[in-house]
Amino acid sequence: MIGELGHFALALAFVLALAQTVLPLWGAARRDGRMMAAAGPLAHGHLLACAAAFGALLYVFAVNDTSVVNVVQNSHSAKPMLYKLAGAWGNHEGSMVLWVLILALCGGAVAGFGRDLPTALKARVLGVLGLVAAGFLLFILVTSNPFGRVWPPPADGQGLNPVLQDPGLAFHPPLLYLGYVGFAVTFAFAVAALLEGRVDAAWGRWVRPWALAAWSFLTLGIALGSWWAYYELGWGGYWFWDPVENASLLPWLAGTALLHSAVVVEKREALKVWTVLLALLAFGFSLLGTFLVRSGVLNSVHAFANDPERGVFILGLLVFYIGGAFALFAWRGPAMAPTGMFSPLSREGGLVLNNLLLCSAAAVVLVGTLWPMFADLLFDQKISVGPPFFNTAILPLTVPLVLAMAAGPLLSWKRARLWPVLERLWWAALGAATALLLCLFLAGWRVGPALGFGAAIWLILGALADLADRIALFRRPAAAWSRAGGLPRAAWGAALAHAGLGVTLLGIAGMGLATDHLSAMRPGQSVALGGYQWRLDKVEDAIGPNWSARRATVTVLRDGATVTVLHPERRFFPVGRSTTTEAAIHTGLSGDLYAVLGEEQDGAAVLRLHHNLLAPWIWLGALIMALGGAISLTDRRIRVAAPASKRAAALAAKA
Amino acid sequence: MRRLILALLLLAGPAFAVGSPSEMLPDPAQEQRARAIGRELRCMVCQNESIEESQAGLARDLRLIVRERVAAGDSDQAVVAYVHDRYGDFVLLRPPFRLATAALWGAPFLALGAGLLAILLLRRRGAPSEPVPLSPEERARLAALEKDPTA
Repeated sequence: MIGELGHFALALAFVLALAQTVLPLWGAARRDGRMMAAAGPLAHGHLLACAAAFGALLYVFAVNDTSVVNVVQNSHSAKPMLYKLAGAWGNHEGSMVLWVLILALCGGAVAGFGRDLPTALKARVLGVLGLVAAGFLLFILVTSNPFGRVWPPPADGQGLNPVLQDPGLAFHPPLLYLGYVGFAVTFAFAVAALLEGRVDAAWGRWVRPWALAAWSFLTLGIALGSWWAYYELGWGGYWFWDPVENASLLPWLAGTALLHSAVVVEKREALKVWTVLLALLAFGFSLLGTFLVRSGVLNSVHAFANDPERGVFILGLLVFYIGGAFALFAWRGPAMAPTGMFSPLSREGGLVLNNLLLCSAAAVVLVGTLWPMFADLLFDQKISVGPPFFNTAILPLTVPLVLAMAAGPLLSWKRARLWPVLERLWWAALGAATALLLCLFLAGWRVGPALGFGAAIWLILGALADLADRIALFRRPAAAWSRAGGLPRAAWGAALAHAGLGVTLLGIAGMGLATDHLSAMRPGQSVALGGYQWRLDKVEDAIGPNWSARRATVTVLRDGATVTVLHPERRFFPVGRSTTTEAAIHTGLSGDLYAVLGEEQDGAAVLRLHHNLLAPWIWLGALIMALGGAISLTDRRIRVAAPASKRAAALAAKA
Repeated sequence: MRRLILALLLLAGPAFAVGSPSEMLPDPAQEQRARAIGRELRCMVCQNESIEESQAGLARDLRLIVRERVAAGDSDQAVVAYVHDRYGDFVLLRPPFRLATAALWGAPFLALGAGLLAILLLRRRGAPSEPVPLSPEERARLAALEKDPTA
């Protein structure tokens, strides 16, 4: 019964989304106030319907209703409640319902908080959002019904893949979707602007908070996924340049560019056409990611649903939305004349360089991801494009990006001079050079990590130099404190986000120096690694809610004193008959102590021990970046101009 | 992330075997080299994994071949070439440079070049980048105004 209600709610949501598309867009074209005014209530009704469908889905998973196919395939009564609920979106159908729910939430937020939006612009934005939602709801209804029944119902479900039984599953997809879907809103704003044929500073002021919120969530989502892989997979790796990871990186790169160029629209009314294009691109990449993950066209994949029918449907949606938007862009884009002028060496110029480099990086990732498919189709050659390619090809773009990143915020608008900027950065350059040489000297001429440390210090000190310059710390130290209070939060946020990337680079460079040790050990034996003594004390049995395990006790000592006791496990899940390894990780400021338990033979257990230098800083940096985005969202300029972003900011701060 | 799903595919086998110390070379420097080489080679039956990360039987065989060649004194390039000759382009995670991959390897520079070109064209077509300088009369009037704003 509840399942059927959920299914009905999805159909209702589809109809409401269609109405939300047609009425406001038609009304805006005919300047009919009543039709435009229907957009808000329709968006709220659509949100209610989606929420009802999602609630029904959670319910059938919570009570383990085995007459629903989706529950049978992905759940089991013995699972802890958290994973029963998280399992609701740990599969293709359920995750699509979450997707449309988040989209409806964004639409509801635009409708509810966008009272200051010009009526026609608001109607068009909601109309476009409705169109996007309608397409995906139709996709769910036609190809991926999450409430399909099975008769007779089996006694219990088949269980969720043990690897997915992790808090990571509960948060990773929602955060990623908040990012992807947030770019649907900037997409809607861009299409609305094209329909109106006008982009102005007010438009930029509306787009920026949405881009910021989406970007912050996407940053968190990607970082969480990477951290999850790091601790769950037990290899100590954190980024694999897998097509699916690349699919989330693409909208992030385009979104980062969008974020920066929206600033130029807002402040200087320049780069309008370019910003609209980036908004289309960011959402286009989000859809492309959805397509790649769910169609199984690529040799990768974490694809939950390798189903050609679904792939074709999503490809159709992709072509319809993105092709349509680009056609509209080609038609209306040239009409939007730039008004702000600037010389190449200026803040605007710096942001153009930022966009150029980020988009080139996105192009490299896109080409690298799709090339194996092209080579197969065009040249009939089977090739692989893996991490060694991406690391090499992305480097010539990253180096100038990082170099310019510290200098950009110090340039003045319109026309800048280079020398004063360099004068303010000399100590950052000195620090970076010191870090680079120190690393080369201490770690034995390893160029990659040394470059990473140099770049990290350059970015962190560069962000400090930017702040110091803004509060005139060195010129008028007495007034610095009061100036710091008056500094716009957007400036704090930007500096923080730039420094956050520096922190992440610090972690990546540290991981370049990580060491590990693989050996078969007997209880009582110990090995030396990374300046620590690791002693295996015992291996014993352990029992969990739906698994049994072998659990090792490893004591880590430094200079005879115990640093920590690690308990790596090998878990066996009877449902599904599978084994997982649970790495034991001790996180500290200087790095992670990481232990994995392997198979046992003749009283000896295989242990893989890692000393991952500075590893936690990778994700700490991402957290700092997202925090920078959140602080920027609370900027007075945005709060005053766009109350809708308050909610997004509150959400971002909570996350 | 990828391996999370990979687990789905590997459920039959001992997922996440941790590696076996008996495969390693006794000389740590050689083992280090063998690992670096292994990270450049693809496990051909896996989803985009290097042979160092994979638990498939084929990956294990390749790991042993690499270690055998390293122990026999081959240079890094010679080991890669040895595997490349036997398994073809597909085994290389760093695709070789040739006609079919020229655009791939050129991607960073093509993208940068195209972007720069677009920016230059847009700047030329768009508004004039510099305001028109003042004429001598305007300059004289400006000077007069600066001297005496009431004039």
